[in-house]
Amino acid sequence: MNILKLSAAALVASGAFAGAAVARDQIQIAGSSTVLPYASIVAEAFGENTKFPTPVVESGGSGAGRKKLCEGVGENTIDIANSSSRISKSDIETCAKNGVTAIQEVRIGYDGIVFASEITAPDFKFTQADWHKALAAKVLKDGKIVDNTYKNWKEVRADLPDQPILAFIPGTKHGTREVFDEKVIVDGCKEDGTYDAHLAAANGDKAAASKACAQLRTDGVSIDIDGDYPETLARVAANKNGIGVFGLSFYQNNTDKLRVGTMAGIVPSVETIASGKYPVSRPLYFYVKNAHLDVIPGLQDYIEFFVSDDMAGPNGPLAAYGLVSDPELKKTQEMVKARTPMAPLK
Amino acid sequence: MTDITAAGIPPAETQKKSLLTLDDRTRRRNAAEMRFRMMGKIGVLIGILALVGLLTSILSNGLSSFQQTFITLDIHLDPARLDKSGNRNPEEIAKVTTFGYAPLIEKALSEAMTAKGILGNGVTVKAAAELISKEAPADLRNYVIADPQSIGQTVSFKLLAAGRIDGYYKGRVTMESAKLDRNISPEQLLLADKLKSAGLLTTKFNWSFFTAPDASDTRPEAAGLGVAIIGSLYMMLIVLVLSLPIGVAASIYLEEFAPQNKFTDLIEVNIANLAAVPSVVFGILGLAIFINFAGMPQSAPVVGGLVLTLMTLPTIIIATRAAFKSVPPSIRDAALGVGASKMQAIFHHVLPLAMPGVLTGTIIGLARALGETAPLLLIGMVAFVREYPAGPPDGFFDPASALPVQVYNWTQRGDPAFIERASGAIIVLLIFLITMNMVAIILRSRFERRW
Repeated sequence: MNILKLSAAALVASGAFAGAAVARDQIQIAGSSTVLPYASIVAEAFGENTKFPTPVVESGGSGAGRKKLCEGVGENTIDIANSSSRISKSDIETCAKNGVTAIQEVRIGYDGIVFASEITAPDFKFTQADWHKALAAKVLKDGKIVDNTYKNWKEVRADLPDQPILAFIPGTKHGTREVFDEKVIVDGCKEDGTYDAHLAAANGDKAAASKACAQLRTDGVSIDIDGDYPETLARVAANKNGIGVFGLSFYQNNTDKLRVGTMAGIVPSVETIASGKYPVSRPLYFYVKNAHLDVIPGLQDYIEFFVSDDMAGPNGPLAAYGLVSDPELKKTQEMVKARTPMAPLK
Repeated sequence: MTDITAAGIPPAETQKKSLLTLDDRTRRRNAAEMRFRMMGKIGVLIGILALVGLLTSILSNGLSSFQQTFITLDIHLDPARLDKSGNRNPEEIAKVTTFGYAPLIEKALSEAMTAKGILGNGVTVKAAAELISKEAPADLRNYVIADPQSIGQTVSFKLLAAGRIDGYYKGRVTMESAKLDRNISPEQLLLADKLKSAGLLTTKFNWSFFTAPDASDTRPEAAGLGVAIIGSLYMMLIVLVLSLPIGVAASIYLEEFAPQNKFTDLIEVNIANLAAVPSVVFGILGLAIFINFAGMPQSAPVVGGLVLTLMTLPTIIIATRAAFKSVPPSIRDAALGVGASKMQAIFHHVLPLAMPGVLTGTIIGLARALGETAPLLLIGMVAFVREYPAGPPDGFFDPASALPVQVYNWTQRGDPAFIERASGAIIVLLIFLITMNMVAIILRSRFERRW
């Protein structure tokens, strides 16, 4: 009752203000915290070099951003959702239900995921199988699936350094975790043969086998970090045995504090990820509401500016910050010019 | 009294005892009191230690953000680059992007370094140009666009030094760390030292920390609190303008006029409950009512202010009612006795006497609202905002950030220089809060009447 009264009073007061409301002239963006630095670099340059105001970029996670995008069409909804994972079928359905039908999918480039420890720690030469063996709940031992009891990297593989296993991995709300599970743990699971054992145990059910692979141990060896990379960095700095999972751009800004491990013999860098040699990377996207294109001033210009060679190209500021530029950027530029909405997901 | 002692303890024993030697029970009681006092002292000590630890960490990290390293250069604003047609048409000048301004800075730097004899011996202009912030071309461009007549002149600019160089003079970056850092090399630090001894590089008070807007991850040195301070001020203004009259009116009615029945009891319980509701709940409410239902813009101080008003109201109502309760009934009775109406009694006598308490409660409620981030997260104010909002009242509807939001944002950035900025922002926020609480204390001690 009271809340109703208060909000009614507040609404009356806001009605008095609302007379002064003007049409929105800034672009509103929300979504992935991985894409946020790139989006803010572009937004800043866009505001500096065009007659349009600097777009407002919110973080909050890929999923939250896409949900906001799908809330509807109109000036009090956002124009662009940044996302570090691909939009899902259910998102598109929600969008359609709320009248958001034409959405452009713009791939801005690739992001690498690196494994790094404190700067004084020994050198690590990882393979995906090592990570699976170290962190999975169940591992293969003498042909049988048993609970994981490895405590030291040396037990995982004899030529890894003698160091207790301790990993700081992104929490499940992060898009990065999905990639970690899929491209490191499950791939490693396939590499060391555990996948086949799981597959046999599940009577050939591939989804169940993958799920069993991605199950991580819960005995305190693998620690989920729900915050952002600075938190992981602080944990790694406080614990010399810890190995953290970072984005490439974060690592590149903190090379004086972190020692990066190689994956399958490849040092992570913009070049090795672009060439596809470094195995753990993922595409980054943003999604644009086409219905807003001619309503919000500068929206079309912003999208074109974002994917231009000056920004997203291999010599642009985004690449300098750690984005691996998309070899098919030309195609994206044409698509954006033509305002091609994305095809239905398979 | 004597009877009890006589009955409790055998008289023979009492006579033997001197008052100076304590018996067992007294000693135990004294010991218990000593223990309690010790625990109290330990409690206070732990509190003080925590505060000292917090303040030292914030101050040691953040005080340096009030200083900034600048590189002073005389830059020739070359008409051949900036205004090819030569007609000083602002629209044509605006077509030259910041990329077009970078070479001017490089040229000026190379000239200055040649004049001071620093160039050569393996020192390249390119390495030196990396010492200057990426914000510098934008500064230059803004200057030229604001004053197209300056094209062709040579103007002295105080340009920001890059974040790593700034960090070097604040002790964050060292020769050892630079060896491992891919963004800076020890040679560049040595070069910065040379520029410093040549007088080109200076460290000054960082006014722009209070006025400049946020900057992207590649330019921590340019990031400031300007938009956040304006956003916070706008929100506090809205909170004050809405919550003070609503809160006072509600408490006057509830305290002085409302009949005592189940319904007012229910309201009272609800207000007490609302004061304890986690602030994020108000954010959800704000999102549902103000943005989704009333169609107000995202990230706008007006929505933030309304949400924080809802959050602050219960606090203000409770404080105001307490202030009204502390005014003795004799005041009301006297006023009513000489023929004043109830409203006259309240507005002429009770309210002025309760005012210090009301204001104190309001200020403390405002201080709490000022430090709040969680509700703002849901209404889109936790964002990268670079445009200053317009003046009020239009500006209430423009996107803005807020002080605690800026702290939260900066702690999530990749560049270590942002940690310094975040601590600096905390110091600014603390200064605001301390000032507000001081005003509250002064109001209370100056004007509060005790009966």
